[in-house]
Amino acid sequence: MINLETPRKFRAFVNQAHQVAAEMLRPNSRRYDQAEHEYPVELDMLAAMVDGLGASGTGSGAGASGVRRAEGAEDAGVKNGSNLSSVLSIMEMSWGDVGLLLSMPRQGLGNSAIASVASDEQLRRFDGVWAAMAITEPGCGSDSANIRTTARRDGDDYLINGEKIFVTAGGRCDAVVVWATLDKTLGRAAIKSFVVPKDTPGLTVERLEHKLGIRSSDTATIRFEDCRVPAANLLGSPEIDTGKGFAGVMQTFDNTRPLVAAMAVGVARAALELTRDLLAEAGITPDYDRPTHRQPAAAATYLDLESDWEAAHLLTLQAAWLADNSRPNSLQASIAKAKAGRTANHITLRCVELTGTLGYSEHHLLEKWSRDSKILDIFEGTQQIQQLIVARRLLGKTSAELK
Amino acid sequence: MSVLERERRGRRDVIGVGVALLNRLAKSRTIDRLGWRRQTERVVFEATKSGFRTAGALSRSFSAASKLTKPARLPAARGSGRFDLTPTEDQQTVVEVVREFAAEVLRPAAPAADTACTTEPKVLTASAELGLSLIEIPEELGGFVTERSAMTGVLVAEALSHGDMGQAVACLAPAAVSTAISLWGDETQQATYLPAFTGDSAPPAAALAILEPRPLFDPFELQTRVTNGKLTGVKSLVPRGAEAELFVIAAQLDDQGPALFLVESGHPGITIEAEPSMGLRAASLSRVILDDVPAVQLGTLADYADCVRLSRLGWCALALGTAQAVLDYVTPYVNERTAFGEPISHRQSVAFMVANIAIELEGMRLVTYRAGSRAEQGLPFAREVALARKLCADRGMQIGTDGVQLLGGHGYVKEHPVERWYRDLRAIGVMEGAVLL
Repeated sequence: MINLETPRKFRAFVNQAHQVAAEMLRPNSRRYDQAEHEYPVELDMLAAMVDGLGASGTGSGAGASGVRRAEGAEDAGVKNGSNLSSVLSIMEMSWGDVGLLLSMPRQGLGNSAIASVASDEQLRRFDGVWAAMAITEPGCGSDSANIRTTARRDGDDYLINGEKIFVTAGGRCDAVVVWATLDKTLGRAAIKSFVVPKDTPGLTVERLEHKLGIRSSDTATIRFEDCRVPAANLLGSPEIDTGKGFAGVMQTFDNTRPLVAAMAVGVARAALELTRDLLAEAGITPDYDRPTHRQPAAAATYLDLESDWEAAHLLTLQAAWLADNSRPNSLQASIAKAKAGRTANHITLRCVELTGTLGYSEHHLLEKWSRDSKILDIFEGTQQIQQLIVARRLLGKTSAELK
Repeated sequence: MSVLERERRGRRDVIGVGVALLNRLAKSRTIDRLGWRRQTERVVFEATKSGFRTAGALSRSFSAASKLTKPARLPAARGSGRFDLTPTEDQQTVVEVVREFAAEVLRPAAPAADTACTTEPKVLTASAELGLSLIEIPEELGGFVTERSAMTGVLVAEALSHGDMGQAVACLAPAAVSTAISLWGDETQQATYLPAFTGDSAPPAAALAILEPRPLFDPFELQTRVTNGKLTGVKSLVPRGAEAELFVIAAQLDDQGPALFLVESGHPGITIEAEPSMGLRAASLSRVILDDVPAVQLGTLADYADCVRLSRLGWCALALGTAQAVLDYVTPYVNERTAFGEPISHRQSVAFMVANIAIELEGMRLVTYRAGSRAEQGLPFAREVALARKLCADRGMQIGTDGVQLLGGHGYVKEHPVERWYRDLRAIGVMEGAVLL
């Protein structure tokens, strides 16, 4: 039966996440935006709380590791599982502060990558590890098939060499999930991901970026020089299957893109809610029944923004719901990421415009959300990459045909 | 089957409803489909010229045969509490048949219906055989359902509109009236009017009229008025107005506010003018001029707001079907059309336009589904309908214009349907009333 409401069984859990966001993230939001690179000590306690939330039953597996797909569990009926609860909790946390969410210990995108493709043995071994994700290099961003970082087999180990940039939580994490190629001549199929502990000799954090937004989250450049990691740290199959191509490592994105879409939905909702309150103080209240062309322009604009938000919200839930029900969701994950990324950026910027100096100054968080939102249309695949993916799928084109 | 007979046989349970639907649909399968595919003789249609005026078309007398002691009301559908995008088995069955009807009957007939400004009688008959107007009527009144089914209505309107929006509106227009009576009519109104819609013969033409001809129209500020039980005013873009035997008309009630009124079309104070428009031409849009016509109130002032919302929900559903038709049409086109030595779909400017159609359409669909699902579960849905309408009007029109753009000059001529979809999709931001889920 078609029903797009928040599942009844997650409501208490979502409310818990909201309380955490309102009472811990929001109050610290401005402080760590201004104190870039200062470690938000509050997060250690919070991370323990999130672990507790995850273990509390209803929200089990929520958070970065909630994207693992159950295998073979083909019980009848529609499932609302950890993919859905993860996006719901991330929406709430990002409503609080998306930078702080990205700094949450043990909730890194690397953790999602591990949860997506690791074997059961690896999952046990990396339990409790805070893992960042390292894909981008100085010479390649969206073109991730073109990475230069190499992994050379040496006995029971691999030796990793290269440089990664824009590693979210790269300074604070315990380990990095690194994309490296086994053989540059074999293209995409030779790209594998490796879990590299931070204390591995040869791994150096070179510098932390100064950014437009999500300043409470550290973004690092990491250099690998003959970093020796056990072969058992390779995620997925070590075989180079040219037929399968990129599928192995790319599978992670089907799981992480809805998470980033959820971040965008959360930030955008924060901006909409505050703008609604500020507009109400100015005597503007949008009316859902009257035609928008009979309402003040600000009210009509608000309804326009809210309708895009509603679409982004539901597209994100759809992508997670498909994953929970073991159905392919690459297309819907990219659709959700594309819509949510651009919508959050548009909404936050428009909200600053609507609220004037209140929005633009640092009195409120609207200007901050406008800076934070921009990254959400860039990382885990830019707007343009998502459109490419959607277009290729619809039109049945390869990356060679539709470049 | 009479109401008494039905009562003797006991209430239908959920399975019973499904079987009843299937039985109805099975009959429609006896339609000689080849007959539809064959190019039919061009019928001469006279109701198209502008300036054409006629009196109302009432040819029967409505009277209450046997009535219940209180009006029948559908309870809200009970939700499972789970997030779910899977239609029920009943919905899948209905939608499958409606899709086939849309593909094999509506789509091939669309260009001629558009030109003629009318939907062929046999198309209307076939749609009646599908039982489209019974989906919202309680089974004790001769309909199909035992609980609200706005979501089924959304899926059906979407599927019909994938064939052709104009004919879909013509087919759904009588159902708007029967649904309004079933939702808000008292026991006398239900007993008087619903049997005509639930009998074995085709339902009468009937129309729900809200719009008035002026800029910045607002359905909550009407110039059509009812004073002392007499209704006066002008209604615009009324589907199949010239044939309609029964109208549900929105009007300001004294100084109390807007409400719905039942008006039989036989009164001499009613004049119908053809009002051919940019699109939806197969719906035979008309202006209905009412001068001191007897009118009986249908439902309350609060019901009227729900009527406006459920009608908007219908237009959103129609937008989904037509927008999907655009996407399905341009996808193979841009792959087959070559320029500069390769398919134009190899260009990002073309491919991204197609991707954006898909992205926005999927968003429109989920927002509309949420509104429909909330409506049938008895949850407040004003917000969700408003957001769906905003998206479907704006993004739907963007999809319409992109559809023409992707075909270039070929999109601008009538050899391809995209120009018709462009004209039809402009209606979503304009229309109120006419359809109701």
